[in-house]
Amino acid sequence: MNAPRAPFDRTLLLVVPAAAFMLLLFVYPFLYGLALSFNPKEGGALANYQHFFTTDNLWPTIWTTLRLALPATLINVGLALPIAFKMRVKSPYQRWATTILVIPITLGTVLIAQGMLTYFGPKGWLSQFLQFFHLYEGAIRLTHNYWGVLISLVISGFPFAFLLILSYITGIDPVLARAASTLGANPRAQFRTIYLPLLAPGLAMCFCLAFVQAFSVFPSAVLLGSPAGPTRVISIAAYEAAFEQYDYSLASAIAMIMGLVQLVIVAAVLGVRNLMYRGPVSGGKG
Amino acid sequence: MSAVASSAATARDYRWLDRAWTGLLWGLMTLFLVNIGMMIAAVATNSFAKRWLGTWLPEGWTTNWYVSAWKEFQLDAILWVTVEVVFAVVFLALLIGVPAAYTLARRNFPGKRLLMLLFLLPLMVPPITYGIPLATVLYKAQLAGTIYGVILANLIPAAPFVILVMTPFIEQIDPNLESAARVFGANTGRMFWHILVPLLGPGILAASLLVLVRTIALFELTFLTAGPDSQTLVVALYYAVFAAGVRAPQSVDAMAMVYMMVTLAWLLIALRFVNPTQLVSRVKEHPQPA
Repeated sequence: MNAPRAPFDRTLLLVVPAAAFMLLLFVYPFLYGLALSFNPKEGGALANYQHFFTTDNLWPTIWTTLRLALPATLINVGLALPIAFKMRVKSPYQRWATTILVIPITLGTVLIAQGMLTYFGPKGWLSQFLQFFHLYEGAIRLTHNYWGVLISLVISGFPFAFLLILSYITGIDPVLARAASTLGANPRAQFRTIYLPLLAPGLAMCFCLAFVQAFSVFPSAVLLGSPAGPTRVISIAAYEAAFEQYDYSLASAIAMIMGLVQLVIVAAVLGVRNLMYRGPVSGGKG
Repeated sequence: MSAVASSAATARDYRWLDRAWTGLLWGLMTLFLVNIGMMIAAVATNSFAKRWLGTWLPEGWTTNWYVSAWKEFQLDAILWVTVEVVFAVVFLALLIGVPAAYTLARRNFPGKRLLMLLFLLPLMVPPITYGIPLATVLYKAQLAGTIYGVILANLIPAAPFVILVMTPFIEQIDPNLESAARVFGANTGRMFWHILVPLLGPGILAASLLVLVRTIALFELTFLTAGPDSQTLVVALYYAVFAAGVRAPQSVDAMAMVYMMVTLAWLLIALRFVNPTQLVSRVKEHPQPA
């Protein structure tokens, strides 16, 4: 036997490639972008940020994006939570229903855009159907405006939110709910007093991830919205600065502002979670 | 007596309310799925249509749009690039992700929380936010516009995703098996190949299929870093829809159908191996009450 000494744990080396990769390709470009954003083409260090907040087609993009992303995220999480709660019990339907609900993930934003242009269009099946049954005679306007982008965000975001919440709910030990029902709690009371507090961390995580998706909306805002007007979201502004004006410095500044807004929302969500949640971090995970 | 009667009445009210609520949920879900189904059907119909203007069904059927889309968009080249990118991303993400997940699952060390944050951040930040500085760096390194740049960019969300999926999976494997292998004199490498890889098989398969589906669908990073001959299917589809006035919509729809078939095939394969309800946490199975 070797003399006892504290050897270096070589297992730790296994994490080095991944960490090095992330430092090189995520942290370094991020810092590079941050530095670049303070080195504008002309003007002082803060010229890009001044430009952003004083130009009429730049700073309102923050509100345009939030006006789309927040309702879309609330709808997705708000709908996914009760539906996932209904499906928490293992049954033959559960697997089928989840599979069918997951399929829209494969569509991707571009296919959804193309499908909505065909289906919701002025001569599409939906308007034909509504006119055939005399439900609504006017022209439906669900594409090339705010609603088109919102609908596409719900279609692409809902399956993801549903899947995540379902897997958090099924991770909660059903024994807890059964104990509550022995004490006379109906499903609604079980939900309020057992599931919701235990779900709080998962819900917060799900909200953040769903919000990231909605917040970085790009293809559907271009294809289904009106990218010059009411759906000129912040990622369009960043893209135009980088690849149409070739002003990488301004584009980096916009990207940094985008990240900052995102972080503010995440921090707010985590704050709300801390208000809601009391108990151990991994409580109820089987 | 009256208290009992009133509580029975409220129970009846609640039951009515519960039924209405369930009905509403099923109604919403059906509406959602029917509309999506019709949307896909509309694209599919249009891709086989000769002429389709304002009627329920087109005047005639043809498969010519697939042939013309294949030639027009050079789909064979695009599909080949997509396959190369996706498989390279899956392979590299597993190569660096699984060992890192192993360390994170088994060891405690100073700075572990910071490291977890480093792996979580790329999933919490919008892809455009780091995609634009990344594209700038890649252009400086002359990697942007090449297939290598696209692979590197797609690895940024893929590798942390593998780590996040694999860490809980490794945590639930009994560490005693590894200790036993150590007792019999296996070094880390042999233990990894003979003990961990066979046990991790299902998890690795699940993670790689999920990364595969995600990478096929990931638009923003490929869009920002791809050049004309390193476009994947989703970016080529975007440009086809973007320039829709130039081409027949049926041919764009045919391409959209090809795209959907590719992702759908892989997702169905994935769902054979992964229970979608167990992506985040693994569930303790309990016998259901009779």
